[in-house]
Amino acid sequence: MTTLLIKGGRVVDSFSNFDGQADLLIKDGVIEALEKGLKPPSGSETIDAQDLIVMPGLIDMHVHLRDPGYEYKEDIITGSRAAAAGGFTAIAAMANTDPVCDNPTTIHYVLERAGNAAVNVYPIGALTKGLEGKEMAELGRMKNAGAIAFSDDGRPVVNGTIMRNAMQYAAGLDALVIAHEEDLDLAAKGMMHEGSVSSVLGLRGIPASSEEAMLARDLMLLKTTGARLHIAHVSTAGSVQLIRRAKAEGLTVTAEVTPHHLLLTDRAVKNSGYNTNTKVKPPLRSEQDRQALWEGLLDGTIDAIASDHAPHHTDDKDVEFDFAPFGIAGLETTLPLLLDELFSGRIKGLTLSLLVDKMSTAPARILGLNGGALQPGSAADVTIVDPKRSFIVNPETWHSKSRNTPFAGRQLSGAPVWTIVGGSVVMKEGVIAEQE
Amino acid sequence: MQTLRRKDILGLEEMSAEEITLILETARSMREIMQRKIKKVPTLRGRTVLNLFYEPSTRTKASFELAQKYMSADSVSVAGTSSSLVKGETLKDTVRNVEVMGIECVIMRHPVSGSAYYLARNVEASVINAGDGMHEHPTQGLLDMFTILDKKGRLEELKVTIVGDIRHSRVARSNIWGLQKMGAEVVVSGPPTLMPPDLEAFGIKYCPCLEDAVDGADVVMALRLQKERQEGGLFPTLREYAEIYGLTSQSIAKAKDDLLIMHPGPINRGVEISSELADSNRSVVLEQVTGGVAIRMALLYLLMGGVKEE
Repeated sequence: MTTLLIKGGRVVDSFSNFDGQADLLIKDGVIEALEKGLKPPSGSETIDAQDLIVMPGLIDMHVHLRDPGYEYKEDIITGSRAAAAGGFTAIAAMANTDPVCDNPTTIHYVLERAGNAAVNVYPIGALTKGLEGKEMAELGRMKNAGAIAFSDDGRPVVNGTIMRNAMQYAAGLDALVIAHEEDLDLAAKGMMHEGSVSSVLGLRGIPASSEEAMLARDLMLLKTTGARLHIAHVSTAGSVQLIRRAKAEGLTVTAEVTPHHLLLTDRAVKNSGYNTNTKVKPPLRSEQDRQALWEGLLDGTIDAIASDHAPHHTDDKDVEFDFAPFGIAGLETTLPLLLDELFSGRIKGLTLSLLVDKMSTAPARILGLNGGALQPGSAADVTIVDPKRSFIVNPETWHSKSRNTPFAGRQLSGAPVWTIVGGSVVMKEGVIAEQE
Repeated sequence: MQTLRRKDILGLEEMSAEEITLILETARSMREIMQRKIKKVPTLRGRTVLNLFYEPSTRTKASFELAQKYMSADSVSVAGTSSSLVKGETLKDTVRNVEVMGIECVIMRHPVSGSAYYLARNVEASVINAGDGMHEHPTQGLLDMFTILDKKGRLEELKVTIVGDIRHSRVARSNIWGLQKMGAEVVVSGPPTLMPPDLEAFGIKYCPCLEDAVDGADVVMALRLQKERQEGGLFPTLREYAEIYGLTSQSIAKAKDDLLIMHPGPINRGVEISSELADSNRSVVLEQVTGGVAIRMALLYLLMGGVKEE
């Protein structure tokens, strides 16, 4: 393996609270040194990182790769290339595929395909068989096969007893449970956030209580099960409150938020004239919710930012609003959108170090990965960002098979320019290295 | 005569008072045509219209078709059951196929809110929304205003009370926007479970007690109650609804003496409105239907006739 020196960049390592000029030396896929004025060892390659920002490789702990079963929307390879282009060095893939990833064989399949992927792909196993919420899946055998966490994401576990048992059982395996919080009766046939905008548009609403009621139940279950519970895609002010209180009580809960919930509100559905790319679950909420999400992110209530990359084929989305599937593809926009928020100064208190924590250090800690840090001995997963790189979001140029984004046409400042996985460059200036 | 400077009629929320006034005035001339013995003018001769109905409709469809005949337009009607929708073809493909056959204006009724916007984005033809889901039914709102204007001579400062299932009603939404733009005051009444969340967004008042809601009203409009709302658990029984929210001579006692009683049809007699009131001389339910043809003639003329004269 080669030796790589990343020279002269601003290094932001949230793990060690370091933010300053330094050189990073990588050897044999591991970080060897982080110091000033490192000399390139003979035979090493050098990346000139002058005016660039060097951060531990970003980890997207919530993506849908649609593989196996829906490869026309995305597959493990294209999804991983989209991740590399978006500055991610690792992604965790949800289990709602066909067949459902609820058994060791499918975990093996994902890991085998991941061998040819551009970035590290970690499979998440289903919590219940077939995502049906009836019988617990083989969590232990899947964990031994390489499942990194367990979730029925896309659906809640409706039956409280089954959720309780699964959490308790997972605790015995020290396995992370990721919860999709949605009371399906309250959400009913809702198409968007319930509020003034849904009323005017005549679209059925998904009330905030549909998320909060289920979240409250799971937090109560957490008290006695002792599991490690992670809340996927938090979207309402009430949810932020519930999680804040649970954390204050010492419950072992973590939470994530998506960039679209941080940046958009239900008004986007109206302003876009019912554009189905604004149709997502949980739905884009109110301005008050959006602000509460930022507050929660800044005060530590929300630990991580995840894209909830939900790719769909254009044919699936190019229909009447009610008929379109829910979901926004986010792997290639998440980092630039947040960098743009950061550099624009719109969000008071948002720092580079905080962003790196939410997108790298915290996800690594929650998932138990060797990453999220630029310390000697850490995996050499590195993301390098050009803060001056300005571009317009154009899904036609994506590496993902999907195009479903409500951010098309947005002008953004700040973009990943190098993605390095295990010491190898997998993306340079938007070009993905071909795998041998 | 002036024309509308827009390609489509999608909803009254996005229309100005000036545009609405122009349509209402044009409709008045159109009604004169309807009163002639030979009800036909050559204005839209050689022009083609498609009526695309993805939901069953008697009144609206007949009204549009008659308007097209009176204006001498050539038209084709496609109904949901016979359409390619059941064969799995998308709306976009259906309309693009018909468009290349030379259609210049598409009238569409569709069960999904916003589908008129979707259609308008995808075709060059003009689109008239004949009802999209729970969103808007602009031609109904216009014909209701036409009827009120005809009977009252004005719309400004009238109190209009709309009673019933506002939440799921496209008729209510179009009336709420249109009437307010024209200076009327709109009050709604009905059970809270049938009100849209965050009602303030419409700028209207909600008064749960029907008797108080119609206090001093010039117009009361009952909406059709869909039976499936009861199955959805939004109210207990039809007889309870009729007792508490049905229009009867007792429940509207506090309204003005020259109250107009309206209903977009079809009526559930004895539920939203008593037969006695529906057939009384204060009811303008049938005038609404006549006005509907005039409004649709006016819109066809303003969208197709006025601009593309060759």
